[in-house]
Amino acid sequence: MKDNPHSISRIATPIRNVAQRFAFMALLLAAVALMMLGKIDVLLMERVRANVTDAVTPILDIISQPVDSLNSLVLQARDLYAVRDENLRLKKERDLLLQWQAAARKLHAENKNLKNLLNFVTDPDASFITARVIADTGGAFANSVVINAGGRRGVRKGQAAITGDGLVGRVTDVGGRSARVLLISDLNSRIPVVIQSSQARAIMAGDNTHRPRLIHLAPGALVSQGDRIVTSGHGGAFPPGLPVGIVASVTDKGIGIEPFVDRSRIAHLRILDYGLTGIVAAPPIEGAARANRQTKIRN
Amino acid sequence: MKTNIWYRLDILTRLLTPFLLTLSLVLLNIVPLRIPGFSNVVPLLPLMAVYHWAVYRSELLPAFAVFLIGMLQDIFSGSPIGVNTLVFLLVYGVVLWQHRFLYGKSFAVIWLGFGIVSAGAFILIWALISLWNLSVLEPRAIAFQYLLTVGVFPALAWIFMRWQQFIIRQL
Repeated sequence: MKDNPHSISRIATPIRNVAQRFAFMALLLAAVALMMLGKIDVLLMERVRANVTDAVTPILDIISQPVDSLNSLVLQARDLYAVRDENLRLKKERDLLLQWQAAARKLHAENKNLKNLLNFVTDPDASFITARVIADTGGAFANSVVINAGGRRGVRKGQAAITGDGLVGRVTDVGGRSARVLLISDLNSRIPVVIQSSQARAIMAGDNTHRPRLIHLAPGALVSQGDRIVTSGHGGAFPPGLPVGIVASVTDKGIGIEPFVDRSRIAHLRILDYGLTGIVAAPPIEGAARANRQTKIRN
Repeated sequence: MKTNIWYRLDILTRLLTPFLLTLSLVLLNIVPLRIPGFSNVVPLLPLMAVYHWAVYRSELLPAFAVFLIGMLQDIFSGSPIGVNTLVFLLVYGVVLWQHRFLYGKSFAVIWLGFGIVSAGAFILIWALISLWNLSVLEPRAIAFQYLLTVGVFPALAWIFMRWQQFIIRQL
């Protein structure tokens, strides 16, 4: 009678330990299986990610708001402090920009005339979807942000995300009310770009540092520090001519690019919508059409 | 009878707090703070929680909860799903395995333990993601993230200790 509980625990404890150990092993295996599944079925994992992110979007929306307002308060205070210097600087800049405006007007008119002469087909006009950044994936392992607009507001996979400064990234996972934007600095980001001065094509590849690199640069192309990099529009997903960054370093190891957009400054961003949604085959055909057109123009 | 139910409910919620706290750290980790350069090296908060509860009250954060937290960390942070899941589970397992060495020791020992365990965790995450992408990740930012994670640990551990004393007590 007295020994009974002891004998039970003497048997039960090892069994429970074995069961726990077995469960732990099963969970480890499940984690590895998840990783492999993610490699095999990318779409499934994207959908899981989009749906789960969607579910917590209201929470993220709320907790990111005080941080946002605090930040804008700090920025306002800083602006107020620097208002005199800023005013002087802006006046100087305005004088310079007025000259540029005159030049731009002249070129715009000339450009329009020349396009008319060539029967040039203009790119479709984009509409914007403006969204707030509600999550920034912390850490050195992935570079992406979550925005509070999704499929219901017309955000589609592959669209370009920009701020007033330039290109931010590309939409990857889309849920109903949220979407994930892969930043141009992410390891998986590949953006077709051109060097604006020489029109040499290249691919800008992120490597999880703050400076993406240029790869697949056309042989013999000249690149120097300070060159502007813009999107080329090849592949059809992105419109051509979006500002991306400037060449920051040219070394033996590669060409580093300083993006125009500072990751820590992205509070709101705009998703470019070209109305090409719904047709899966649209981007390649559009890209091919544009390539044809360009060869025609060259000829 | 009624008070009994409320009493039980009260205890249950208290016992659930380690899991809920860890879960909220996963969300807190991705709030955009907009501090220049910070988002690249933001400390891995959930890892600290997993370590802490594994050392002190592992029965309140069972392995499947760790699995769930790791998976959510993967989903929200955009890393391949399964990487943090596996690493969090391994950290949990290692702490339980070395439980006798860590439990009831001074904070310096606990902190040192976290430094060693999380170093392994970061190296493993780095290796797994490099393998996943078939390209070697730049290790500098990851090293900074590791240092920041170890540096922030005492602050979070202090909060957890207070939490343990006042909310969970000896339930």
